[in-house]
Amino acid sequence: MYRYDAFDQRLVDERVAQFRDQTRRYLAGELTEDEFRPLRLQNGLYIQKFAPMLRVAIPYGLLSSLQLRMLAHIGRKYDKGYGHFTTRQNIQFNWPQLAEVPDILADLASVEMHAIQTSGNCVRNITSDHFAGAAGDEIVDPRPYNELIRQWSTFHPEFAYLPRKFKIAITGATTDRAAILVHDIGLQAVRSAGGDVGFRVIVGGGLGRTPIIGHVIREFLPRAEILNYLDAILRVYNRFGRRDNMYKARIKILVKEQTPAVFAQHVEAEWEHLKGGPATVPDEEVARLAAHFTPPPYENLAGDDIGFRSTVADNRAFSNWVKRNVFPHKKPGYAIVTLSLKKTGVPPGDATSDQMDTVADLADAYSFGELTMSHEQNLIFTDVRQSQLLALWSELKDLGLATPNIGLLTDIVCCPGGDFCSLANAKSIPIAEAIQRRFDDLDYLHDLGDIDLNISGCMNACGHHHVGHIGILGVDKNGSEWYQVTIGGTQGDRAAIGKVIGPSFAAHEMPDVVARLLDVYVDLRHEDERFVDTVRRLGIDPFKERVYAAAY
Amino acid sequence: MPQLIKSGAVTEDRWTLLREPAPALPLSPVIVPLATWLASRAELAAGADVGVWLAPTDDPALLSADVAALPIIAVDFPRFADGRGYSIARLLRDRYAYKGELRAVGDIARDQLYYLHQSGFDSFVLRDGKDAQDALASLRDFTDGYQATAHRTPWFRRSGGVAAPGR
Repeated sequence: MYRYDAFDQRLVDERVAQFRDQTRRYLAGELTEDEFRPLRLQNGLYIQKFAPMLRVAIPYGLLSSLQLRMLAHIGRKYDKGYGHFTTRQNIQFNWPQLAEVPDILADLASVEMHAIQTSGNCVRNITSDHFAGAAGDEIVDPRPYNELIRQWSTFHPEFAYLPRKFKIAITGATTDRAAILVHDIGLQAVRSAGGDVGFRVIVGGGLGRTPIIGHVIREFLPRAEILNYLDAILRVYNRFGRRDNMYKARIKILVKEQTPAVFAQHVEAEWEHLKGGPATVPDEEVARLAAHFTPPPYENLAGDDIGFRSTVADNRAFSNWVKRNVFPHKKPGYAIVTLSLKKTGVPPGDATSDQMDTVADLADAYSFGELTMSHEQNLIFTDVRQSQLLALWSELKDLGLATPNIGLLTDIVCCPGGDFCSLANAKSIPIAEAIQRRFDDLDYLHDLGDIDLNISGCMNACGHHHVGHIGILGVDKNGSEWYQVTIGGTQGDRAAIGKVIGPSFAAHEMPDVVARLLDVYVDLRHEDERFVDTVRRLGIDPFKERVYAAAY
Repeated sequence: MPQLIKSGAVTEDRWTLLREPAPALPLSPVIVPLATWLASRAELAAGADVGVWLAPTDDPALLSADVAALPIIAVDFPRFADGRGYSIARLLRDRYAYKGELRAVGDIARDQLYYLHQSGFDSFVLRDGKDAQDALASLRDFTDGYQATAHRTPWFRRSGGVAAPGR
């Protein structure tokens, strides 16, 4: 993975010193609350319901075991012994003391981590494919470009005060696992006819109050031009994005109001001036970054491990886990393993410090000391020998991280909601738990197959409810908490925004509502048809009728 | 009393900022709104001590023919969170090759100074009540950075080629 050199380390250390002084001035009364707010936000610090919340970046989702141990330490020392992995490859601590935040940032800097630009109206943490480097469908390993763009976005002087927050996602694979169509900018690696690496550029996607699927504004951007082109997009947005209404300030509104074609013309005109300029990326720089992401020392294995295949045949519980939580690897004899942070009764995405420490040990033992996290809020070991899967499974079971539910109904994506977040209109964690408790029959869940269920406690859509096959949105009606349901949303290559099925429900009704949606699916599905494909084929009406039928 | 930081030091301000267009200009050195400048450019240019200020919505391209003649251009920041002025500064310096004084005015405080300076500003009028001597330190918040700015090329062009990964 990328290791800081002295230059990278110096910048992060200087940031810690800067924020330490800003915090000192705030606590001494030299900065007002209004003056301090943008400064703390650019360091990921929110003031929440009970305490400050610190959001720490996990750039493009990649962690070393050393870094995970530090996150465990921070959870233990400054928080209540846990952390929350978010839907944008960050981790949040919900209970730190404001005066201690500079110390937390210093601890993070000691393992090459930071909370830079994890909130505020600036370029946020760069997110990417959690299978990067291990998946078999890569055009190119995106990680050198992720790091290039992480560096470009870090302390970019021109773009620290944008109209609104700005999120960039990158994938190097043909299958989109990074939700690039619902980001302010999505970049997908492509190859030209001549074999050169470049990027397809998508802008103006996003969820939140106005969910929109992004538009391709350039089919092929040569890789050397990537930073010039990003500068061009950001400059057009910085100058012309709306600032009169925060709900219309995201780039997607500018793209929509100008039309994607006209917006693209503005970007191309700006790029004409920047093309070939100082920010043009030399091949040597790409090579320097790529040298940080060389493959780990894999064994040369002929093919699938024989012992592994026979254990799968013999051990049903293990086989269930393999079926849902283990994914094919580009190297014969290796596998990608997802550790489920979606055990019933645990808030989705939460992990205790003790779990993090043990996961770090397991990463050292089984996956070359590294792991990734997904925007679905799970952890991933990308490089596990098939022959070691049984042993790993056994250890993960003891740890409570082997729930065989990846991609199933209970692998719920969920924001912290009204239990923690001051923006929320409604709680989300108890809804997730009620649904997980209701659907606890593993055979039924496996029979239902792939279903993305996403819950957001407000319109800001941190739970990405618009792209859940079933999306649940907390809404406020006259001071009480209600839940609106959408179906048919999709993430990935065929990204689509779900459709609202009708009036919202009370919290206690939600498990029944989900049950009725599933009943319709089971009754009407074609063989091997996923829930979302049945919704696509039939539309929302049959689902709507059953859910709202008075007597059922 | 607003305080001026210029070229890295606290300095007396000899310029008067004319916020609204006025029928008669003061005799002292004056910075006029863009609209005033565009309406009476020839007349104003005859007197040497005239500068122009831009609102965030103003197009710096309108000054592209004047950059050699203007001793000062100011850019207004009505709110610190309004970041349009940073792009205006980059355009004035990079695209229109403006070499004169480039001043940030409005809701300016010390914690913006580093980014403003990197974007091309070389003078800053701090909003009332802020100690300019303290603020000077913020110009040195960071010793360097990754990006191309008004003062540097990207780090990867200066770092001396391919560094060995790891430590």
